[in-house]
Amino acid sequence: MAASGAFAEAGADLELVGIHKRFPGFTAIESLDLRIPAGSFFALLGPSGCGKTTTLRLVAGLEQPTSGRILIGGEDVTDVKPYQRPVNTVFQSYALFPHMTVIENVAFGLRRRRIPDPIAKAHEALQLVELDHLAQRRPAQLSGGQQQRVALARAVVNRPALLLLDEPLGALDLKLRRQMQIELKDIQSEVGLTFLHVTHDQEEAMTMADTVAVMNRGAIEQLGTPEELYDLPRTAFVANFLGQSNLFTGQVVSSAGEAIVVDAAGTRIAVPAKRAQRHSGAVTVGVRPEKLVLHTEAPAPATGRNLLGPGRVTDVSFTGVSTQYLVAIPGLREVVVFAQNMVFGPVVGEGAEVWVSWDAEHGFGLADEAVGEGEQGRFVDDATTGSIARQTRDELLDELGES
Amino acid sequence: MAFAAFGGAAARAAAEPAPLKKGAVAIGLLAPGVAYLLLFFLTPLIALVFTSFEQPASSGAIGAYVPGFRWQNYGEALATYWPHFARSFGYALIATVAALLIGYPVAYFIGVTARRWPLLQSLALVLVIAPFFISFLLRTLAWQQILGTNGWIVAALHGLGWLGPNEGIVGTDFSVVFGLTYNFLPFVILPLYTSLERLDIRCLEAGSDLYASPATRFLRITLPLSAPGVVSGTLLTFIPAAGDYINADQQYLGSPNTAMVGNVIQGTFLNSQQYPLASAISVALMVIVLVIVAIYIRFAGTEDLV
Repeated sequence: MAASGAFAEAGADLELVGIHKRFPGFTAIESLDLRIPAGSFFALLGPSGCGKTTTLRLVAGLEQPTSGRILIGGEDVTDVKPYQRPVNTVFQSYALFPHMTVIENVAFGLRRRRIPDPIAKAHEALQLVELDHLAQRRPAQLSGGQQQRVALARAVVNRPALLLLDEPLGALDLKLRRQMQIELKDIQSEVGLTFLHVTHDQEEAMTMADTVAVMNRGAIEQLGTPEELYDLPRTAFVANFLGQSNLFTGQVVSSAGEAIVVDAAGTRIAVPAKRAQRHSGAVTVGVRPEKLVLHTEAPAPATGRNLLGPGRVTDVSFTGVSTQYLVAIPGLREVVVFAQNMVFGPVVGEGAEVWVSWDAEHGFGLADEAVGEGEQGRFVDDATTGSIARQTRDELLDELGES
Repeated sequence: MAFAAFGGAAARAAAEPAPLKKGAVAIGLLAPGVAYLLLFFLTPLIALVFTSFEQPASSGAIGAYVPGFRWQNYGEALATYWPHFARSFGYALIATVAALLIGYPVAYFIGVTARRWPLLQSLALVLVIAPFFISFLLRTLAWQQILGTNGWIVAALHGLGWLGPNEGIVGTDFSVVFGLTYNFLPFVILPLYTSLERLDIRCLEAGSDLYASPATRFLRITLPLSAPGVVSGTLLTFIPAAGDYINADQQYLGSPNTAMVGNVIQGTFLNSQQYPLASAISVALMVIVLVIVAIYIRFAGTEDLV
């Protein structure tokens, strides 16, 4: 645990127990319990203002929790000063030292811990991010992407038991981003560090992390592998934040047997009971757009398939690999369909009459409470006074920090 | 003197090629300032140098001198008054260091700690500037009263036995250095404040994330980043303090034993009317200050600081 002398031998696990964090005027984190096993690549995913950066700062020791404990490698570090924690952070703002050269920036942590041969190790870290040729420059002479890589090198060079990444790849172009993602994965598998990665980019979270926690309004909505989260979202927030979903709300009319059946505006939709969080009352069920199949003629009803329609195609957008269709079905919300471009060009044009079907096994039932009759009330409203105030405050704080 | 000290950077900036049209506008805008400096800064300076080489008139009357090249004036100036030079630079150095030690925490408080409370920040800045609303002489006289024999501070120190029955504060080295420190404190605080106000707190957070203790953060991050403020604040204090003649004056906080170069110049010029000697002392003071400042700036390496 001692923050001096040598590199961490391996990653440490991180445990957050009953964390609350209140700032004057709002609550950033409400009752957060989280356990990140040693050596894992963990992503906290959420929209801005959801409390993910605050969580990171709590782990780094830059904020104190209002209540709750933080344990790293089984040791309680809640009251340990940030400079004594075996943790390093890649800051979203990079926070490079403007008065030092790049190499001195990278060697800073090594020097503080009196690690032998800091300059050579710093050069190695810079080679990793392909910036060794700029070692003698000042941060102000680098581009945003280069600064970000220096920030990454400055944290990674310390080989901390726990590496915190606050949107670390945001300023990189796609190619470099991929490269850095691979580098990070390499470093992780090589040294076995524990990575805690905070991002609002669902793709980054899904491709890099072993475990993703989707965070919303200061609490974790759902936690699991990227596949689990995508395949079986438990809340409307997760279903919509991680990819797209078609959601339908209605009363459960039958819950006998293997499937529950929901009556959504007269259409019956079946969902496997084991994939549904709630089995009675008003529930929301959903299915991913790529699971849907378009039909130009009414297909024969089949057991184990849900069928919607007829509806009308209102929008067709070609995206290369697939084509995205919007289908308006009377009584329901517009349905999104992703169809692989197996043939040349779109299958149907705008205004065509279509039916939509999917294998009932692909459906999922959400845990959200039914709020009202309409579907609108069911989804997380980001435009409440409280959340607007919170976001404005965050933006102001960011501005203050930058000026 | 201060102008000359900062002239290097300005001259370099001016030497950069500029488009011709803009050049004409720049010359037009610069002309009044240049003319003013030529007339009221350079002309007296040249006159001063000429006077410093004058020799006594053959009539032998007091205050009568003729142009000449009597370089011995400089030898006499330094030989006779080197203790005053030494005292001046000693006082100025101690006062500068004291003002820096007192001013840094104040500037840090206003520029960093008080960021969250803009009202407090403005109020504190006003308080730093407030003394300027009262004449420098009056404030120094006020300190003479406060520190004087009839003041409560001396009475208290007598009561405690820390000062002997015939000892006072006014007229000592301490009172002069105290006066210099007090009078130049705002000149340290304001440039430091401007430097510290821009200090990025996130750099300090990064420092603490990288195993730097609070003391190390201050030495490695805060202090280097505020170095421009330290350099300009200390220069703005040291240069005028070395030439100051009010605080060390017998009518204010000084005594004959605390006379600085400024007092000597005043005395030789106005009282004994030895104009060449007074001029030689002035020029010598200026040259020594310039040399000290040049060495200091080179040592502090402000060029590297962005």
